Amino acid sequence: MDYEFLWRPVFQAFPQLLKASLVTIEVSIISMVIGLAAGLLLFFARSSGVWIARFFASVWIEVARNTPALFQLFFFKFGLGAIGIIIDSYITVVMALAFNTAGYMAETFRGGFKAIPGSQLNSARSLGMTFVQAQCYVVIPQVLRAVWHPMTNQFIWVMLLTSLGMLVGLRELSGETQFLYSKTFRAFEFFAATAIIYYCIAKLMLLLFRLIAWRLFRGQ
Amino acid sequence: MAIDVFSELQPKDLLFLGEAALRTLEISLTAIGIGSAFGVVFGWMMSEGNRFVTFIINAILDIFRSVPLIIQLILFDSFISIAGYPLPAFVSGTIVLSVYTAALVANVARGGVEAVPASLRKASRSLGLSYWQDLRYIVWPVGLRAVFPSWIGVALSVVKDSALVSVIGYVELLKASQILITRTQDTFVILTIAGLFYFALSYPISKASDYIERRWNQ
Repeated sequence: MDYEFLWRPVFQAFPQLLKASLVTIEVSIISMVIGLAAGLLLFFARSSGVWIARFFASVWIEVARNTPALFQLFFFKFGLGAIGIIIDSYITVVMALAFNTAGYMAETFRGGFKAIPGSQLNSARSLGMTFVQAQCYVVIPQVLRAVWHPMTNQFIWVMLLTSLGMLVGLRELSGETQFLYSKTFRAFEFFAATAIIYYCIAKLMLLLFRLIAWRLFRGQ
Repeated sequence: MAIDVFSELQPKDLLFLGEAALRTLEISLTAIGIGSAFGVVFGWMMSEGNRFVTFIINAILDIFRSVPLIIQLILFDSFISIAGYPLPAFVSGTIVLSVYTAALVANVARGGVEAVPASLRKASRSLGLSYWQDLRYIVWPVGLRAVFPSWIGVALSVVKDSALVSVIGYVELLKASQILITRTQDTFVILTIAGLFYFALSYPISKASDYIERRWNQ
């Protein structure tokens, strides 16, 4: 083995990598927030009485869950591009990840809402709360606790999936690493550094979610 | 004379996609097989070993769950080439996917072993079963039932994640469709065919697994 490891270029580019990690975090948060909202809507649509809403939600959920995330990304990027809708890489990645997350979260919400007995909603209503009040003060806080753990996993999953951005030209952490690699040809060193950064981001996110959970759910 | 760079989608292209779909199946089934075998062993070690063993195995496997698969693939591929042992894309892809699968299956298997009530195992041991007999005839069937749907979920996600192996040059279904798209410019049709293949594979299996889960829970 006559390869010499050169870590200097990596150290020199470290500020760039950290800046790109911020893009990764930003994309994950935006996709997750949109995905959560859309997932909740999909859950309501799927359990609604309107057949067209039910059908639409079912198709979305099943496609999101049963095809690769990379396929979904390519579809948004190149599929829509082919029929003349050309979207910026950043937005494409957010759209694809939000689409994917919404499908998974709709299923998670279904489990969460099923865990809350219907009698709770009824008793809240009979105490004089409106439907919206009963949902917001009684049902949803409990659902939130039930889905907290799968939601945390989904969030980390989304963060890891942002790395697909490098395949459609987004300069997030992986895309930036590929760019730096193409300038220096130090593939192993750069991708090793990137792997460590991803690991740290994942652990920090997990810690943050635990702290929020501890703050939100203590005393329950 | 004009050179015809782009050409229409031809019947033989469908054959090309079909072969690529088989390659997707080949690499994912190999990785699921190898990865599940190792994953079950790791899961068993984590649930039966002492705290130190559990902590070490979990910390190592956690790395593979906390770094994007695409980075793992590139990292391994560049590592073996600088080490001087370049491997075919299928082999290096299978190795990375198997390790990734093992990391996911280990957690599932651990849950399976821990789902078996301690009283059941004590009862089997006091009836004279050896430790290994207890594992084979009590823990395996009871635990498998508890986590079979989760295992199916992991297996399906590996099939979908195998699309990433294209980054190290393995021509699986998604890569093959990209190649065809470059030639025919028929993006929409080809991507839809590729998507339908994944869907046709994954959807029935996940529905069947839901059904089995519901029936077992009755």
